[in-house]
Amino acid sequence: MLKKFDKKDEESGGGSNPFQHLEKSAVLQEARVFNETPINPRKCAHILTKILYLINQGEHLGTTEATEAFFAMTKLFQSNDPTLRRMCYLTIKEMSSIAEDVIIVTSSLTKDMTGKEDNYRGPAVRALCQITDSTMLQAIERYMKQAIVDKVPSVSSSALVSSLHLLKCSFDVVKRWVNEAQEAASSDNIMVQYHALGLLYHVRKNDRLAVSKMISKFTRHGLKSPFAYCMMIRVASKQLEEEDSSRDSPLFDFIESCLRNKHEMVVYEAASAIVNLPGCSAKELAPAVSVLQLFCSSPKAALRYAAVRTLNKVAMKHPSAVTACNLDLENLVTDSNRSIATLAITTLLKTGSESSIDRLMKQISSFMSEISDEFKVVVVQAISALCQKYPRKHAVLMNFLFSMLREEGGFEYKRAIVDCIISIIEENSESKETGLSHLCEFIEDCEFTVLATRILHLLGQEGPKTNNPSKYIRFIYNRVVLEHEEVRADTGAVSALAKFGAQNEEMLPSILVLLKRCVMDDDNEVRDRATFYLNVLEQKQKALNASYILNGLTVSIPGLERALQQYTLEPSEKPFDLKSVPLATAPMAEQRTENTPITAVKQPEKVAATRQEIFQEQLAAVPEFQGLGPLFKSSPEPVALTESETEYVIHCTKHTFTHHMVFQFDCTNTLNDQTLENVTVQMEPTEGYEVLCYVPAWTLPYNQPGTCYTLVALPKEDPTAVACTFSCMMKFTVKDCDPTTGETDDEGYEDEYVLEDLEVTVADHIQKVMKLNFEAAWDEVGDEFEKEETFTLSTTKTLEEAVGNIVKFLGMHPCERSDKVPDNKNTHTLLLAGVFRGGHDILVRSRLLLLDTVTMQVTARSSEELPVDIILASVG
Amino acid sequence: MEALILEPSLYTVKAILILDNDGDRLFAKYYDDTYPSVKEQKAFEKNIFNKTHRTDSEIALLEGLTVVYKSSIDLYFYVIGSSYENELMLMAVLNCLFDSLSQMLRTQEKCREATLLENMEGLFLAVDEIVDGGVILESDPQQVVHRVALRGEDVPLTEQTVSQVLQSAKEQIKWSLLR
Repeated sequence: MLKKFDKKDEESGGGSNPFQHLEKSAVLQEARVFNETPINPRKCAHILTKILYLINQGEHLGTTEATEAFFAMTKLFQSNDPTLRRMCYLTIKEMSSIAEDVIIVTSSLTKDMTGKEDNYRGPAVRALCQITDSTMLQAIERYMKQAIVDKVPSVSSSALVSSLHLLKCSFDVVKRWVNEAQEAASSDNIMVQYHALGLLYHVRKNDRLAVSKMISKFTRHGLKSPFAYCMMIRVASKQLEEEDSSRDSPLFDFIESCLRNKHEMVVYEAASAIVNLPGCSAKELAPAVSVLQLFCSSPKAALRYAAVRTLNKVAMKHPSAVTACNLDLENLVTDSNRSIATLAITTLLKTGSESSIDRLMKQISSFMSEISDEFKVVVVQAISALCQKYPRKHAVLMNFLFSMLREEGGFEYKRAIVDCIISIIEENSESKETGLSHLCEFIEDCEFTVLATRILHLLGQEGPKTNNPSKYIRFIYNRVVLEHEEVRADTGAVSALAKFGAQNEEMLPSILVLLKRCVMDDDNEVRDRATFYLNVLEQKQKALNASYILNGLTVSIPGLERALQQYTLEPSEKPFDLKSVPLATAPMAEQRTENTPITAVKQPEKVAATRQEIFQEQLAAVPEFQGLGPLFKSSPEPVALTESETEYVIHCTKHTFTHHMVFQFDCTNTLNDQTLENVTVQMEPTEGYEVLCYVPAWTLPYNQPGTCYTLVALPKEDPTAVACTFSCMMKFTVKDCDPTTGETDDEGYEDEYVLEDLEVTVADHIQKVMKLNFEAAWDEVGDEFEKEETFTLSTTKTLEEAVGNIVKFLGMHPCERSDKVPDNKNTHTLLLAGVFRGGHDILVRSRLLLLDTVTMQVTARSSEELPVDIILASVG
Repeated sequence: MEALILEPSLYTVKAILILDNDGDRLFAKYYDDTYPSVKEQKAFEKNIFNKTHRTDSEIALLEGLTVVYKSSIDLYFYVIGSSYENELMLMAVLNCLFDSLSQMLRTQEKCREATLLENMEGLFLAVDEIVDGGVILESDPQQVVHRVALRGEDVPLTEQTVSQVLQSAKEQIKWSLLR
């Protein structure tokens, strides 16, 4: 270190290192030399270098000072020193975004671009295009076209690449240069060809036909440039993916033929493209895998890295395809590049046998500390996959995860570990206690709020059900004392404490003591929550515990907010009715599937919630639908009532209200010589539904979607007969119109169009609701309206199938992971929860027995009689 | 690392960096907005340097980006691209940069910081010839060196060949006529 400083000092003393301690103001001062005549090229070039160096170091130049220096620099065009001129081009490019009026150098650059000095022309084109805007571009268009087809490669390449940059702001001008680009594409120079193909593709990429033509043309003649090959492989694989065409297409043949190219870059690009194609079969993968296998023993680290990384991807979907490479991968396990070693090991973990796991885990733990977080996450993912494949290895893998959890690491990495441990705990009840206690240890010293609250939530849910719940209390209470607000209150420590108290009577007194201490907390929310829980717990009523502590609110939060606001705006005698608030369309608590990270699940929920709100607003705007009450449920996906490529395309969404249903028909007219008017969908029910009114779509011009509605009342005489088939017929007035001008005839005629039948099922009347603690909810509802019946499902042969069918048919939410049927069992209990329209909880417990066929005993409970009857009637 | 079909594009390189022995920036060129502020860029450079300067392993995945690198005495060269980018293309850029500089600096042995600093303009010009706005412009070091055509450093006029002098005189006359 010391030595180095000495060296530097020496150099700066000797004047050979001019860039130490540069001062911006001093350098700009020096730039005045530019105005002197005659110009000293060497000195001026050096000053320009200093300016560029400063900009490069991140020094900020103000507009005025930059403009001043820029104008001084323009004088340097009088000198004909090549290096100085080139430095001017660079300065122009760097300053184009800082200084003002940079276009004044346009004519100097145009002159250089069309001049004799080849070494100037390329860079001049690039500098010129950098300072040109779309209005100026017209003026230099002629020169650009010439430059593109110039015989000097550097000029042609520069013009092509600059055109590519210009596409972003002046697409319409650059588009006119395709003929020149086309000519350049057959150039002998490899870079020119690459740039020309790139430009052509970017201009034409929205024209699928033109792209196909381009691919077939250039693949037939073969290309010179490996870069161009890589580009064409990407274009071809994108085209393949979009076309979804079969693998015997010429596109796939082209990609496959590139596996035999003489350039490694092209071979790898082709292999990687094949691996990334969706739905590739093992047979199609085989040639790609074998070239990757060869690359594994390359002396070049980058090639080994690329190969093993791609093999790792293959192993995720087709582990058996990679088995052939196991030997090569074993050799990479000790690679000095740790990234390569990690990828090799995680690939082997996916493809290898159970017996090799211990050895590989030992190997990887020896250098875990040396690799970057990105790869640590890869390791965790591999472990997570292993846990599902080899349940017997839980102990080894859990230990490994815990030691990783204790080490340093970023958020993404730690979250991956916690996700993985939680999924193991959920899958495997034996590991629950050890898992929970390790997680407890982790939150003792956890800097990530999100993870801490998640673990506390899990403890609150799982802890009370373990053999020795009291040991978790200490950890949770420590959080109350030590953490900041978010962890203490929200879904965190206080709530977790309350859950223990609600489920465990022996511990209740001590929990109450702890909560009383929390009431003294200095944070509002912690105090509020503690007070609330304290009061609920002191009532010692199971029903209260169940609805306020164990199972949270099921309404949608934005909906609640709006309803409350409405209520405060229009004061009334009636107390606020929670039942009038729309339910959250998806359960709020995490219902995680396998290994999906929590964020991936959260997003669709939000979308779903807003979707129903959009419908609610749209429907509220229709005068015919006033007084229907709050929207209870909208069917999750629109049903198509026509084939996809017919004259009219109709989709139906079902909206359920307390006593009515509204059918929303989204119609599109695909005939360009017709305009439809007064469009309604006439419906004929088979059951006691009564059609009340039709709300027509007044006009339906070509290709502009319109909406019409049909309102029906639910059956009154036999309210249990909710399942019903409606036959549908679209009625409308046709008016012919001119496809080109859009003018319509005045006279029209009536017409009809038969649509497919629409089914309304019991699921349309029930909203899914998640009950975290089913038993508590079951007791809370009570057995006043309990009914039970036994059915035989003669067509189902497995329990999984039966469970799947019931969940789908009733449209209710499976609770406590009861939709997962354990292997090798012939009995199973499915627990379902939902809310019936009108806001009554409905719970179903279904016991299944598998002999030759499945026998099912259904018990339904609700706070009203009707939902129970409907469930049993519909199942039968 | 989900399967993903690359959007075909010529924009291959996200950044080119040259750091010194302490991980400080000697040269940095970012071609997109992955790291928009100087602060973020420097933090990224520190992170890269810490992860790579002790090992001589050529390639790494950092902050979700593929980094190929090479070191030479007291210099560290980096080329950075998306993690979906063809690693060998990035390697081609790195090799071209490295070889062009070695040739231009006419070092018998390897590039070092002192020589590079003396030829900063050469470095700027070479990078400008290799990558333009993220697009690979040239990958052949011979071509790059030819196009940069740096004047002979400290070669006195007397050592220039007569034809060269004549040539430059011709050019100057032409230039004055053009004006």
